[in-house]
Amino acid sequence: MASGATKGSAGAATEVAPAKPGISRRRLLGGAAAVGVPAAIGLGQLVNGSTGAALAESGEAATESPLKGHEHGGFIHAGFAPDRVVDHDRNGFNPTEILRDFDYGKTRRLPSGRVLREWEIFAADREIEVAPGVSYEAWTYNGRVPGPTLRAREGELLRIKFVNGSEHPHTMHFHGVHTALMDGMPGIGEDRGGGQIEPGESFTYEFDASPFGVHLYHCHVAPLAAHIARGLYGAFIIDPREGRPEADELVMVMNGFDTNFDGENEVYAVNTVGFHYINEPIMVPREELVRIYLVNVLEYDPVNSFHVHGNFFHHFPTGTSLQPTEFTDTIIQGQAQRAILELKFPFDGDYMFHAHVTEFAELGWTGFFRVGDPSRLAAADAAALYCDLPWGSKT
Amino acid sequence: MEAGSRAERPAGGQSFGGLPAWALGLIPLVLIAVAIGSFAALGGPGLGDRNGPPVEELSVESTVLRPGKIELTLRNDGPDPVEVAQVAINDGFAPFTTAGGREIGRLGSTTLDITYPWIEGEAYDIFILTAVGGTIEAAIPVAAETPEADLDFYLLMLLLGIYVGVIPVSLGMLWLPFLRRLGSQWMAGLLAFTVGLLAFLAIDAGLEGLEIAAEAPAAFGGASLVFAGALVAYLVLAGIDAWLERRAERSGAYLALLVAIGIGLHNLGEGLAIGTSYATGALALGAFLVVGFAIHNTTEGLAIVAPLRGSGRERETLGLWRLLGLGLIAGAPAILGAWIGASAFNPSLAAALFGVGVGAIARVIVQIAPAMRDEHGRLLYPSTVVGMLTGIAVLYLTGLLVAV
Repeated sequence: MASGATKGSAGAATEVAPAKPGISRRRLLGGAAAVGVPAAIGLGQLVNGSTGAALAESGEAATESPLKGHEHGGFIHAGFAPDRVVDHDRNGFNPTEILRDFDYGKTRRLPSGRVLREWEIFAADREIEVAPGVSYEAWTYNGRVPGPTLRAREGELLRIKFVNGSEHPHTMHFHGVHTALMDGMPGIGEDRGGGQIEPGESFTYEFDASPFGVHLYHCHVAPLAAHIARGLYGAFIIDPREGRPEADELVMVMNGFDTNFDGENEVYAVNTVGFHYINEPIMVPREELVRIYLVNVLEYDPVNSFHVHGNFFHHFPTGTSLQPTEFTDTIIQGQAQRAILELKFPFDGDYMFHAHVTEFAELGWTGFFRVGDPSRLAAADAAALYCDLPWGSKT
Repeated sequence: MEAGSRAERPAGGQSFGGLPAWALGLIPLVLIAVAIGSFAALGGPGLGDRNGPPVEELSVESTVLRPGKIELTLRNDGPDPVEVAQVAINDGFAPFTTAGGREIGRLGSTTLDITYPWIEGEAYDIFILTAVGGTIEAAIPVAAETPEADLDFYLLMLLLGIYVGVIPVSLGMLWLPFLRRLGSQWMAGLLAFTVGLLAFLAIDAGLEGLEIAAEAPAAFGGASLVFAGALVAYLVLAGIDAWLERRAERSGAYLALLVAIGIGLHNLGEGLAIGTSYATGALALGAFLVVGFAIHNTTEGLAIVAPLRGSGRERETLGLWRLLGLGLIAGAPAILGAWIGASAFNPSLAAALFGVGVGAIARVIVQIAPAMRDEHGRLLYPSTVVGMLTGIAVLYLTGLLVAV
């Protein structure tokens, strides 16, 4: 098998990845991937990350795509040419890691006893590979698409320093409750350093973490659709004061890429890379709670959807209530709609999830959950799935 | 004075140091090469860097459908290399392999072998996604399995060529005895009939050539190939004509041969179109269509024998074999065209061949025309006008039978 990963990594040497200031990543299960992934890339194999590596260690063929066995048996469903995969090293991020990569920032207690949580986010123009061999001139937050999943707890004071390292003006517009100056809106608060942030400039957004739920942030500079579609978005999670039940938590940002800039998407995905979770199924423990933070940022198409096979989930729209509104297996989301989905997989095996806007499904927005024995995940520190307080590196 | 100025010329020539003529011819070439070389070596001074993204153009040269597979042969007719990254069919990515690699250099080509469960009769839009995210579209209007190019297939094309080419043209030539019974006053009208018919064929072939050229890679000339083909054919036939004229009189048999050649070149294009359509499944080979082509082409046989009618006294006699030869010259190229079209179809070549047909017919018309002149030297008078209009009408009406 020819390897796109090996071929592309030569180029990675020349590209200097900007450091991520102020980010303390708690990788959780992703920590296991740090060991498993580089070896896999070196061999030019399909990259398998995270818990996949953990399961592989325990003797299960976790690196296999669910479709591998059928490759010569004909056409299962739409998919990419089998001879190459996306070079995650060169991209600087791996969708498998993005799933469980929560950015808690840095915290400290204010004299009042309140927690101040701070991040530094930079915008950068960067070429990323959104499907094997297909590059896209993305605009990114912290060099990745989607941007970092910012996570806080209800009631904290949040401070986000935004540095615009892009060639274009940008902002960070958070969905949440805040003052007009902190809205990341061009034209508002320009005289106080806010509004549109020009290249090389910076601004610090400050507001309370409210309300709890799963939200998003994105650039709000015109032309708006273009600025968002280029990759300037990310999930923004505010946990309720009392927290949520322990679970294996996953972030899924449903997005797409208009690679030829004709106002229609060519590639659809969850967390940027089309069909990524077919090559690397998402490893989840059997009979344990799985929580999905689902955010739709898709541009140019009015609706997106999420459907899981062989299972049903509880639907918490916007995550702003602790009571689910529905028990279903398919939901529809308009742009910027988001939800928390909670489910347990009762049986082992591979379960597909995809947009039930099936056009998107066959253009990249399809993946697999691989359900396995939770005891095998122990090595990967499954207990650490739950987040204690205060999170982040203490300063 | 004149004599003096002439005498000075050799002296002027000597100022070049008495170089031989070939050297004088070579010097500009060498200077051009040096200029281009240094321009390239210096990286095009003053032009600056290339502005904007690469220009990506691909054209589909052939589409072959096999069960569960679609094979696309692509030609890069743009200025920059193109790398094929992914292929989507009807809004779904489909796995594929390549024979010639993913990177296609300028004027290079590659074949994509796409795995896709296509269904007969459905339409497919194919998106080729390039490495820089560009898209190039191709379409399969109606999916049908491409016939295997085996012996049976070539025999079928042979049969088809005989059906639509050789037989009808030969049958049309059977009008010769009838024509000979007609009075000599009919001669000019009959030639005009041939001219009208040929003119319509030329227009038909020209339009068809332009249609095909629209799909051909622009880098190879596109529509200009039709015109170039026409010009080449016209000039070559004119040259042959001038060479033959010294030996042969402009006899009726000679005109008939020219008409047969012109029609033959036209039928080459027609066979090409039939073969291609059949190979791509665009042509349902109904008996009706074959009958239509046969009737249509029968008129071509009539056009060939019209010059043989002679003008009364000097009527010529041609042996049966020579008549059959004329029929083959006019009809058999349809077989050759069908073979080429079905096995090695190339839109650029097809466009040029249609152009050749147009040029050949134009030349034939020019050669027939003098024989149509009346005693006043006029070309257009009632009997020739009626003849031409009849020719056009007959071809138009029989053409309705073969609307593909």
